[in-house]
Amino acid sequence: MANIAEESLTLSPADLKAYYREMLFVRRFEEHCNTAYRKGLAGGYMHTYIGMEALATGWLNSIRKGYDYVITAYRDHAHAIVLGTDPVAVMAEVIGRKGGTAGGKGGSMHIYDPKNGFFGGWGIVGGHIPLGAGLAFASRYRNEDRVTLNFMGDGASNQGVVFETLNMASLWDLPCIFIIENNEFAMGTRLEYHAADKELWKRGLPFNIQSERVDGMDVVQMRKDAQRIVDWVRENQRPYFVEVMTYRYSGHGAADQDRQLYRTKEEEAQALQRDPIARLRAQLIEQNIMSEEALEAMELEVEEEAAQVMAKAEESPFPDPSEVYDNIYTDMTPEQGH
Amino acid sequence: MGLEMTYRDALQKAIVDEMERDENVLIMGEDIGRYQGTFKVTRGMVEKFGDRQNRYNLRILDTPITEAGFAGIATGAAMAGLRPIVEFMTMSFSILAMDQIINHTAKVHYMTNGEVKCPIVFRGPGGAAKQLSAQHSHSMEGWYAHCPGLKVVAPSTVADVYGILRTAVRDDNPVIVYENPGLYAMKGELPEDPDFTVPIGKAQILREGTDISLVGYSRMTHINLAAAELLEKDGISAEVVDVRSLLPLDTETIYASVRKTHRAVMVYEDWRSGGFGAEIAARISEDCFDHLDAPVVRVGGLNVPMPYARVLELQCIPDEHDVVAAVRKIS
Repeated sequence: MANIAEESLTLSPADLKAYYREMLFVRRFEEHCNTAYRKGLAGGYMHTYIGMEALATGWLNSIRKGYDYVITAYRDHAHAIVLGTDPVAVMAEVIGRKGGTAGGKGGSMHIYDPKNGFFGGWGIVGGHIPLGAGLAFASRYRNEDRVTLNFMGDGASNQGVVFETLNMASLWDLPCIFIIENNEFAMGTRLEYHAADKELWKRGLPFNIQSERVDGMDVVQMRKDAQRIVDWVRENQRPYFVEVMTYRYSGHGAADQDRQLYRTKEEEAQALQRDPIARLRAQLIEQNIMSEEALEAMELEVEEEAAQVMAKAEESPFPDPSEVYDNIYTDMTPEQGH
Repeated sequence: MGLEMTYRDALQKAIVDEMERDENVLIMGEDIGRYQGTFKVTRGMVEKFGDRQNRYNLRILDTPITEAGFAGIATGAAMAGLRPIVEFMTMSFSILAMDQIINHTAKVHYMTNGEVKCPIVFRGPGGAAKQLSAQHSHSMEGWYAHCPGLKVVAPSTVADVYGILRTAVRDDNPVIVYENPGLYAMKGELPEDPDFTVPIGKAQILREGTDISLVGYSRMTHINLAAAELLEKDGISAEVVDVRSLLPLDTETIYASVRKTHRAVMVYEDWRSGGFGAEIAARISEDCFDHLDAPVVRVGGLNVPMPYARVLELQCIPDEHDVVAAVRKIS
């Protein structure tokens, strides 16, 4: 399908510096999450965004933060952080503390921050896609000009409910951008083994939805593409379907300790050459925006900041047993006791 | 004197009154608009709230036949502040939407630790209609009442279905409204008070008695009333407890009745094994043991996929004679 939205954004040196810092912080944060899991501080299922940082930075800096709606699956720390959630609260949630975004009731997969427009944080692959369309439905219903970013992985794009939602989003003109974060693996199953047609971007076409594939490893281009699409959807009040090509360097989740079951070390090494953070770093030097010394100073600062976030999160107490029945309902509890 | 109307019309009146009161209230479902609803609950509403020529009306919205998808869209809309009413053509079809309802809708408030509310109503006919056979006759209320995070109501009278549905729409939590199709044509009286509502979570005594408590909800309450008539001829005074709300469950009213009569029969149309009536029976046994003169007896639907032939179908659904037989067993 022809590329109908037009690109007009120009980025300043300050923007690029900010994106570098932001992506680097997300990566350091995620590394702390992995460490926390290994140390037993975090449990359950935990999925990091390492390698995919340019998507959160590119898309979420293209919307009106706190006004537009954002929803994603369980690989959700980066979205919250970039939208402006206190990283200490995110980390506290990851390690199940009272100070977490959901008071320790959600965990890594269920980070929420509705004040910043972030509606989670969902654990059933593809299950949140209709919820995202529902957020867009509400803004359409109220004649607002919000857009909704509805993120999913490549694995989710096979779920039936995703196709049901695409149909209704188009039928009812919902201002919803369906974004496939295609990191090439549905857990441990490679794209070519789970998708009959590897060009996932085509999946919007049968529903008469503008659809395209873009690169998610170059944050500058990602940011421009995202702005172009967000502006088009806000203006036209129609859905959009985007496949963003990316790669995760970490395992599917923290429990995925054997990546060689589904990919080779050579492949990983090759993918590392596309690292969006290293790429932007090279651009900053090449374009004389930052010196090597300035970069190193910033990197040290970010590292310390991430360490402090971890330390502060650990200071938060565990939830009190008396809280277990809180917020199942707004006004009651179910039958209590074992 | 109130207004006489059918259960079906009381449902529509509640929906219309709430939609007129609050513009955030909308209704969506399969064939509810132009086609007027399979059970005609929404008859005439597309003309009232839109135009049948419009490609779509967001307030009375015809959906594609994709239950999971539209249940999820309605849930997302509720998270963003709307108050959708979702009609399932039958509760049997809500099985396709159970991942959305159980895994998503019911979890919104808890997983956000109270940050996000999910004010939504899922309603539709549940239980046997007439010869719809195995795939269209499920009683789903027990499945939902099993799940913390949902409220489940099963009103049995015209006034209650009106009053409870209005309360459900105003509730900030997800509410499942179970409507037995056998009640749609039943007539009853609606109080004239335009602000009439009925709280969720209150059982009621529809007939007072001293010898045994017949506990039920939805259409089975009427079976219990018929059984009470039969028992009276035999000199047994039966009290009919209409549960109305499964989750929350008004155990206080149920227990008070059992403590008075010392005997209880729990009647429900759902499969006898593991239906929600079994849960109520267990609670009575556990909490009223010292007051019971006999074991609590369950009268439930036969544990059979609903058969088509009318004679077999009727065999599966409890009637007043089954209730009387159960009463005799413990009297």
